[in-house]
Amino acid sequence: MNILVLIKPTPDITKVRFDVEKGVVDRGSASLEINPFDLYAIEVAKRIKRVFGGFITSLSMAPPHAEPALRDAIARGVDRAILLSDRRFAGADTWATSYTLASAIRKLGSFNIILCGEKSVDGDTAHVGPEVAEFLGIPHVSFVTRIIDVSVDKVIVESDFGEAYYEVELKLPALIALSRPVIFRDEFIEPSMPKVSDVLRAKKAKIDVWSADQLADVADVSKFGLNGSPTRVVRAYYALEKGRETRVVKGEEGVNMILSVLRETGVIS
Amino acid sequence: MNWRGVLVYAENYSGRIHRASFELLGKARELLPRISGELFAVTVTSENKAEEYSRELIAYGADKVVEYVVEENHLTNPLIHRNALIDAIKYIKPKLVLVPATPWGRSIAPRVAASIGTGITADCLDVYVDDEGNIVQVRPAFTGNIIAHIKTLTNPVITTVRPGVFQVPSPDYGRKGEALIRSIEASGADKLRVLRVARVKTVKLSEADVIVSIGKGVRSREDIKLFEELAREIGAQLACSKPLVDMGWMERDRQVGFSGNIVKPRLYIALGISGAPQHIAGMRDSKYVVSVNIDPSAPIAKYSDLFVVGDIYDVAKKILQALRNLK
Repeated sequence: MNILVLIKPTPDITKVRFDVEKGVVDRGSASLEINPFDLYAIEVAKRIKRVFGGFITSLSMAPPHAEPALRDAIARGVDRAILLSDRRFAGADTWATSYTLASAIRKLGSFNIILCGEKSVDGDTAHVGPEVAEFLGIPHVSFVTRIIDVSVDKVIVESDFGEAYYEVELKLPALIALSRPVIFRDEFIEPSMPKVSDVLRAKKAKIDVWSADQLADVADVSKFGLNGSPTRVVRAYYALEKGRETRVVKGEEGVNMILSVLRETGVIS
Repeated sequence: MNWRGVLVYAENYSGRIHRASFELLGKARELLPRISGELFAVTVTSENKAEEYSRELIAYGADKVVEYVVEENHLTNPLIHRNALIDAIKYIKPKLVLVPATPWGRSIAPRVAASIGTGITADCLDVYVDDEGNIVQVRPAFTGNIIAHIKTLTNPVITTVRPGVFQVPSPDYGRKGEALIRSIEASGADKLRVLRVARVKTVKLSEADVIVSIGKGVRSREDIKLFEELAREIGAQLACSKPLVDMGWMERDRQVGFSGNIVKPRLYIALGISGAPQHIAGMRDSKYVVSVNIDPSAPIAKYSDLFVVGDIYDVAKKILQALRNLK
């Protein structure tokens, strides 16, 4: 099986600080790591490889300082990591990002299955997976909570459509966007820390960095980055906490206060 | 080319129209005077339901309903809905396309945008027309920490909107409208087959009015019963933060947070939840928040109206006792 994993290097959302005035992320406040949802994609890729054999390629688009995140991906089981990195990719919205990723996938050749996380912790869109699938002309399923079965030409998954979970069969090649937690066949998947020996091996591994020019034969370079993006952020600001005036109480008084809140909100009479 | 009017995608794969579609019709009516043109609703339906759906969509504000009548086994196929929405956009040429940001909508709409070659903005909390007549979309990013206002330079503007942010308008079954039937090819749709409903959700937290939510402060799986009882006694839904789902103690449908459900009940009671950013992103819009935590420095305090420093077991037992005494 030729397996591709889409990995987005994202800032650690528990550590990142925000520039409250400008409404942007203080880029120096947190280094880039693998988007937590994408860790599940790597785990599923490894399990598919265990069953069928094969090769796991990861593809990312990020600034050069994302390299440690890709070494982490290699330590976790990715065989080859590709980083699309060029100023001309910067400022891309989901459309331009997906177009660029799909172009790189075409350049790499054909894959049986493409895996990614359902969304990223910074963009929050959940759109890139489906858009990549559309550009490649392959089917996809998002919000996948279980891989029921994989065979050489199809995959059966369980997906959250919103109202219910549906069992869906896809012909391969296909793209699967994974939720968390996720079940592979009957196994509950939880990403674990890589072994020290794997971390050391990954330190020496080669990361392929591709510039925009390297995609010129398969894509229209004017569709990359901010230039190629059909949307523009016109304003951004920090989402301030709703002006709640927190009342802090202790022990017995707390119980009485909760009871009166229950009464005031009409929850109890 | 002249792009006019608003198109609302009516989600109905489950056999009924999702209420978020009605919310979008209400919002679209409000925007229409600034956009000009008509309000269209688009839906994929079986033949026997076509009339019922068009009557309903017109009552909630649509001027015209474009219906794609398909075979029963295609109703839940997202690729069929993709084909229908692409056809509808090419046929109607709307200025704005609104799609509910349900998992279903967030799966179909991006494919449509990629195929048409236009911009899409995800999971918006508002849409407005600015002084120059541009449509502006407002959405959260960075796990809810940043709010961005986004303009689309291409046509149409495609927006997925978070369910529940707009009011459902009151229906008027006397309204006049028009229903158009169009057909689509099933081309490409055979690459995907929906086999069956695996599990119907037993709980929909996004619609809950009162929520009792538990976190790492719960010490064992057995102990969940106590909080279940508390939730039952006050008519609340029981929910949890991510760690309890990761440990396999609670089902995913009950998880509040960025990777679970985004909720906004009238009352949210957080017990033993410290308030990680990913949890806050799921509950910050609750109307009234009570939290109980043994740690007075728990971050959830600043997102709470009432913060009780104390032991969650003790507090839960005492509330239950007081409720019993009331009976």
